[in-house]
Order: sequence, then C-alpha cells, then structure tokens
Amino acid sequence: MAKQTDFPVIFELSQEGRKGYQLPDLDVPDVDLDAEFASDYIRTEQADLPEVSELQIMRHYTALSTRNHGVDSGFYPLGSCTMKYNPKVNEDVARYPGFSMVHPYQQVSSIQGALGLMYDLQESLCEITGMDAVTLQSAAGAQGEWTGLMMIRALHEANGDHHRTKVIVPDSAHGTNPASATVAGFEAVTVKSNNEGLVDLDDLRRVVDENTAALMLTNPNTLGLFEEHILEMASIIHEAGGRLYYDGANLNAIMGYTRPGDMGFDVVHLNLHKTFTGPHGGGGPGSGPVGVTEELAKFLPKPLISKNQDGFYFDSDRPSSIGRIKPYYGNFGINVRAYTYIRSMGPDGLKQVSENAVVNANYMMRRLQEEFHLPFTQHCKHEFVLSGKNQKKMGVRTLDIAKRLLDFGYHPPTIYFPINVEEALMVEPTETESKETLDEFIDAMIQISEEAKDDPEIVQEAPHSTVVGRMDETQAARKPVLRYYREES
Amino acid sequence: MQHRYIPMTDSDQKEMLKTIGVEHSDELFQDIPEKVRFKGDLNIKPAKSEYELTKELSALAGQNSNLQSHTSFLGAGVYHHYIPSLVDHVISRSEFYTAYTPYQPEISQGELQAIFEFQTMICEITGMEVANSSMYDGGTALAEAVNLSAGQTKRKKILVSKAIHPESLEVIYTYARGFNLNIVEIDHEDGLTDLQQLQSELDEDTASVVMQYPNFFGQVEPLKEVETILEDQKKTMMIVSSNPLSLGYLTPPGEFGADIVVGDTQVFGIPAQFGGPHCGYFATTKKLMRKVPGRLVGQTVDENGHRGFVLTLQAREQHIRRDKATSNICSNQALNALATSVALTTLGKQGLTEMAELNMKKARYAKQAFEKAGFETVYSNKFFNEFVVKTKQSVSSINESLLSKGFIGGYDLGQFNEKLNNHMLVAVTEIRSKEEIDNFVQEVGAING
Repeated sequence: MAKQTDFPVIFELSQEGRKGYQLPDLDVPDVDLDAEFASDYIRTEQADLPEVSELQIMRHYTALSTRNHGVDSGFYPLGSCTMKYNPKVNEDVARYPGFSMVHPYQQVSSIQGALGLMYDLQESLCEITGMDAVTLQSAAGAQGEWTGLMMIRALHEANGDHHRTKVIVPDSAHGTNPASATVAGFEAVTVKSNNEGLVDLDDLRRVVDENTAALMLTNPNTLGLFEEHILEMASIIHEAGGRLYYDGANLNAIMGYTRPGDMGFDVVHLNLHKTFTGPHGGGGPGSGPVGVTEELAKFLPKPLISKNQDGFYFDSDRPSSIGRIKPYYGNFGINVRAYTYIRSMGPDGLKQVSENAVVNANYMMRRLQEEFHLPFTQHCKHEFVLSGKNQKKMGVRTLDIAKRLLDFGYHPPTIYFPINVEEALMVEPTETESKETLDEFIDAMIQISEEAKDDPEIVQEAPHSTVVGRMDETQAARKPVLRYYREES
Repeated sequence: MQHRYIPMTDSDQKEMLKTIGVEHSDELFQDIPEKVRFKGDLNIKPAKSEYELTKELSALAGQNSNLQSHTSFLGAGVYHHYIPSLVDHVISRSEFYTAYTPYQPEISQGELQAIFEFQTMICEITGMEVANSSMYDGGTALAEAVNLSAGQTKRKKILVSKAIHPESLEVIYTYARGFNLNIVEIDHEDGLTDLQQLQSELDEDTASVVMQYPNFFGQVEPLKEVETILEDQKKTMMIVSSNPLSLGYLTPPGEFGADIVVGDTQVFGIPAQFGGPHCGYFATTKKLMRKVPGRLVGQTVDENGHRGFVLTLQAREQHIRRDKATSNICSNQALNALATSVALTTLGKQGLTEMAELNMKKARYAKQAFEKAGFETVYSNKFFNEFVVKTKQSVSSINESLLSKGFIGGYDLGQFNEKLNNHMLVAVTEIRSKEEIDNFVQEVGAING
C-alpha cells in the first residue's frame, strides 16, 4: 500500500484519457485488421501503461534523476568500476545522425564511415593492448570474458586437447571470472593470494596441470596491486600448455606503461565503459572488445571489420570462428564514444591518464592508512583496498562507513570486495578528480573514523540526509515485489 | 601538457608525491618488470582539440547514409520508429547516465524506481509475471533463455524454429556450446514454422521450443497450436521472442502459456545506432523468478516505513554465486531500458495499441501497392509490419540503386538463405507516409524492370 508521503511511481499519476504522444496520421486507407486474424491472436486486454501528459512525464523523470547520484553529481570512488568523468563531446558525437541513425543492414557502400571508425578503433585497441587482432562485438566485460574463453576452448579443441577443462581464477577475482568460465563450459579452479596480495606462485604451480585451459588474471589485480611476477606466471601457464587471459577491468592503471600483449597474455578484454569513458548508464550499456594474439585470431567471432582496395567490409568468411556472439556489430554507440575519447587524448594523454590515476590512488592510500587498516602496504596502482577491521572493533561496520559517506555527498567505495579482505573498502579515485576533491573525501573518511570512536551511533544509523533511509533488503528478497500492481479502488 | 579532463597540476603532483614518499611518479611503476615496460609512444593518432575532432568525426559520420538522410524500408530486427524528443532529454540527465549499477539504494532511488517501472511495463506488454532489468539485446536474451531452459529441465535438446532471426539462431548456437546443448532446427514452410516437424521432434529430452512471434518474415506464428502441441510434454518450456510493439495488437505470448518471453525494446525510444546498444528484455513466470539472469529490482520499505526500491534476489547473480552462476551477465542496458520506459510512458495504454495498428495498416497499404505494381508478395496476410516481395533483380543491386534515389531498401533474404534469393523483406513503420510508400514502390518497380 502506497503512503501519501511515498514518492509516486508513474502508474500512480495515470488518468484515463490523458495523452503524452502524438503519432503520424493514418494517411492510407483504413483496413479492418481484425478481419485478418483469428480472435485468439487479437489482444483483448490492453497493456496497462500509464496515461500521462508530456510535462508530467518530464517532471517525473526529472524528480527521479534528482534521487540518483552520478559522476556529475559528485565523487564516485567505486573501486573496480573506474567512475571517471564522461566527456560531453562523446555524447554529441554518438548522436550525429550518421552514427546514431544508421541501420546495421545497410549496403556496405553506405556505411563506410561507420566501418572506418570501427576499423580504426580496432587498430588503436590493438596498439594500446599489444595484441594482434581485436573484435568490437562483445556488449560488456562479462561477455568479453566469455568470448575470450570460448576462443581458448576452440583453440584447445582444434589442437585435440579436449581434456583442458579447467580455468584458474585468483581468489580475489571479480565474480564474473568464475561465472564466465562456467558458462563457457569450463570448471573454475581457485588459486590463492599470498600475504602480499599477489597470486601465490607455489599455489599456482600446485593447481596447474595438463588439464589447465587458462589462467584469468586482472593486472593490476582487484587489490590494485601489480602482479610483479607476471612473467613467471606466464611461463608456468604456457609451459603447462594453458593460455593467459587478461581481464582489462583495470587497464586504467597501465596505459603507455606496459601492455598485456607484452606481458604474455594471449587474450584481453577491455571495458570501454571504464577506461575509455563510455558512460555507465546506471548499469549499462557497456562495451567489452576482445583482443587476441595471432594464434587465436582465426577464432574471433564473426564478422570482423576488414579492409581491401574497395574499402571496409564485413569479413564473415571465417570457418574457424567461434560463431556469432551478438546480433549486429557490438554496442557501436559506446564504441563511438570510446573512439572519440581516444582521439581526444592521444598517446601522451592516455599515458598521463594512467600516471595520474596511480598518483591519486597512492596519495589517498598513504593519507588514509593512518586511520584505516591497510592490509597490503606496497605502492598500489589505480586503486587500493582498506580494511575496516579497526572500526569494526568499535562496532562500526564497513557498511556503516559506506552509509555515513552518503551524508557527505559521496558515492561510497566498493565494499566487501575483494572477498579475501575482511571488511573491505575498495577505493578508486580515477585521474579526473582534483586534489581538492581527494582531500575533502579523505577528511570525511577521517572524520567518520573519529566518529566511530566517539559517537558510533551517528555512523551506525547513517545515512541521515538521503531521500530514503536504509532499506529492508530481507523483506525485498523474502516477499519479492518485482512490479507495480494497481490498487483496486 | 595539461589536458582538460585531467586536473592534476605540476605543483599538485609534487605535493602528492611528497606525501607518498617518492621523488618521481615512475617509482610507482617499478613493480612492472623492466622487461615488459613499454618504451616510447603508443602508435595511435595524436590528440585533437575538441573543435578539430568534431569537425573530422562529423565528416566521417557524413559518409554514412542514414535514416534521416534516406527514407528507409529496412527492418529485419532493427526498426526506424518515431522517438519522442522527451526520451533523449530524460536519458541525457547526467544523474542517470553517469551513474553505475544502483548498489547504494539510498542514493539510487531514481534508477531503481525507473527499472521497477520498466519491469512493470514489460510484464504488462508480454503478459508475464516477472521481468528483469534488461539484457544486452534480444538475441543474447534469447540465447540465455535457451540455457536457462536446459538448466531448469536438465534436458539438452532444444527445438528452434528456423523462422527466428538468423543472427539470433547463430547466437543460440554459440551460447549453447558451453552447456553442450543439442540444437535441432525446425524448418519453415510458406513463412511459418513447420509444426508437424516440431511435433515429431518433440520428446522427453526436449528442454524447450523456441519461436519468434511475429517471426523473422513478419508472419504471426500460431502460438495457440504450439501450446497444444506442448501439452504432450508438460516439462518442455515454450520460449518466445517477440517484437514488443506487435504486442500492442497481438495476444501476448503469456496467454499462450509461454514460460519465457524475450525480445528487444529498440522499437521503443532507442535509435538504430548501427545495431547497438539496443536493449533486451527478459520476462518469465513467478516459478522461474529465482532463475532469471541479470538484475531484478524489488519494492521494499526503508527503516522509516517509506516505500523504496533495491536490487534483490542477488543470490542468483555472478558476484554471489561465482562459478555456480548460470549466467555471467553483469553490466546490462539500463540507460536504454530507461529510454524505453520513457517512450512507453509517452505512448501509454492507448498509444501502444494505436502505434501497433498504424504499423500494420501502413504495411498492408505498402504490400497492396507492391501487388498493384505487379510484384508477387509471398506468405499470408497474417503479418505485423513486415512482408516479403519477390524481385527479378538481386535485392542487393536494387538496394544499391535505391540509395541514389534517397531510399534504403528492404532486407535481402538471400543473404542467409539461398532459396530466398531475390526476396526482399520490407518493413513499414508508423513514420512512413503514403507518399513515401508510393514513391518507394515506384522506384523499386523502375529498377526491377
């Protein structure tokens, strides 16, 4: 039952007969459609969509937007998500009719501009990652992971290595890694991290065997630490006949400093909505291109953009391809934004992005380690993980700290991930934040830690200033209400 | 050089490095082994200023014919519909588009509620009980539905109509490989799935039957008969891919006992943008609620008893289940789901019906116009907004000539099925005027000879 004070859902604003649309006229002779179809196929009850005027709609969604926090609203140090500034020019370019209003099945002669952009983006991503070939098909990072693993599977099968069914994943890995391995038909095997937060090489040697298909690795890893033994790891995997998979979620830390291809990775996926400023859209759409070495190129999904004397074309004649992974040609609109960004930055700019992202993260880490437990003390890359275990002793959980940060106008860091750190707080400032912003956030964190000592309730009961308080998530899961039902009057 | 997206000044950096305790930022990269450190400059194009870049990219965009510069009769899964101005104004609110997944409900009520409203609208349109927050697109949503059916029934055989979108069929094959499913294609006759073959293939190993409604040729498949056939195999699931606009007129698949209904909401408020991003929807029954891939938003109350919304039933998802997850989807198409919600809100109850009927009526006029001009059209009159015209010349050559006349012609069905060489799939939406249709038929006739 909705209360008077509840913020209305759009259906509650509906009044029969009100209109928010005007369609083109019926300028052809009217026909009796119902005469053509058996009554079974003619809808009897209309979909109960809201009936509201245009201004009501705009006010409703404007009000909803004010109940939402984005990067443009304030600092958003959500670790592993790279919540950097989304340049506005990217939005403009993606809306050019020559990009936004192009149909994927037009004649190739009429889409040379779109294909040219995709081709150049493929080339740029090859160079940035040090890979030999790239597909822009995958819709998001997780789909990229699965695509890459399917290619590794195809390679092993082509070599007759059907027994290679295991994919090794670090215990600190993002949940999509083991999930992608399973969905690609592999068995996920966990390798432990050592005391320094890096993959334990002994444990890696222990889990590797003749059944190893691949190792999936994020480098820097999800703790924001560079796997400095990467060359040894690569040779352990390669000598066992496996392949090395690079999860590009953290590429923002290393552009122009090192490349996955040079580190020995065989497959790479990128998250264009992270490193390359595709906006996150409230959860998507993203784009997750996949790069591979020459050896794996023939398995890339169909089609690829290629070039001959007549111009750019779709290369669908790829007999070894893993097949099609998505209708059409990927999330082109996001790829246009990423391309615009790369062209805005150039080689120097991209390197500076990584440099500054890393300096920002280290600066914050050093200032915050005085107040919060820092489980891994070496220099970090673009993000770092704190533990709230000191505060927990005072009865203040990491969840409370996150909620208290809301009162300061911040989106909290990623919490309780990675799962191998107790009461984890994962902070990723990105390069687009100013020192002033970092300092203000650090001050807020220190204040919250002080509050945990002196006045823990203020933290435990946070947030105090948001449009709603803490949610009853148990009720949501126990008695799921996943859609609106009109109240009978 | 100071870039406009990067605020760190030299003096900022100096001070920060001092706090960190290093002399130079390079020291922060010493953990990268010397052997793999990248030397020199990345070989990509140098940076351009905003003005110069937009000039170049707008010229590049100008090389593409588009749905504004040309009058299009091309559909085949991606359609040119009217998009209310309102849609782009709403999704350009940066509180929406610069946010991420609403993990912190207190500052994400806007996004969460928008998704809740989207889920409700999808349930209403499809006649299903539960809908998720979105999938990448209609094709991958269908492939995920197939995988779900196999997991749920513990069966491996999938009967897939060959009258579904050919690229969706290819995606099903790729997705199914991870679970070693046995895909059996059911042929089509006269533009409709061969239900006799479907019936004879149906057995106790069959996890699901996959239909498209209306199908790839625009024809309305007799789902009522499919429902009857499936009575022999109660466990076998009915999966239907559906253009949601057509459901403004057609009986929704939910009423034929569909277990999962998927499709793409590109028809509502999302531009073609060369094939993506679009927005898949995924709707199912309460029974399968805990098996749904992707994110679900649920209603609850906050500590003060106020209504609010949260991501819920997350135990299904990859970040909790890890290697036990049956789908790895994480990012979805939230912003496009918002665009669809806004477009559907403008239409409302009456507008959805009106728009569906406009499409059907204009398409019928166009089909008759082709027939009057001497073209043979194939298949029945039970179609939505697409129909098939036989041509003498190859469809590709006709389409090439049409470009210079200001038209984007229909889809060349010969591309995926040689038997359908010289068959053009023509899409007519509500935005096509009588005059445009008449001129198009005339031009195609003139080129075809």
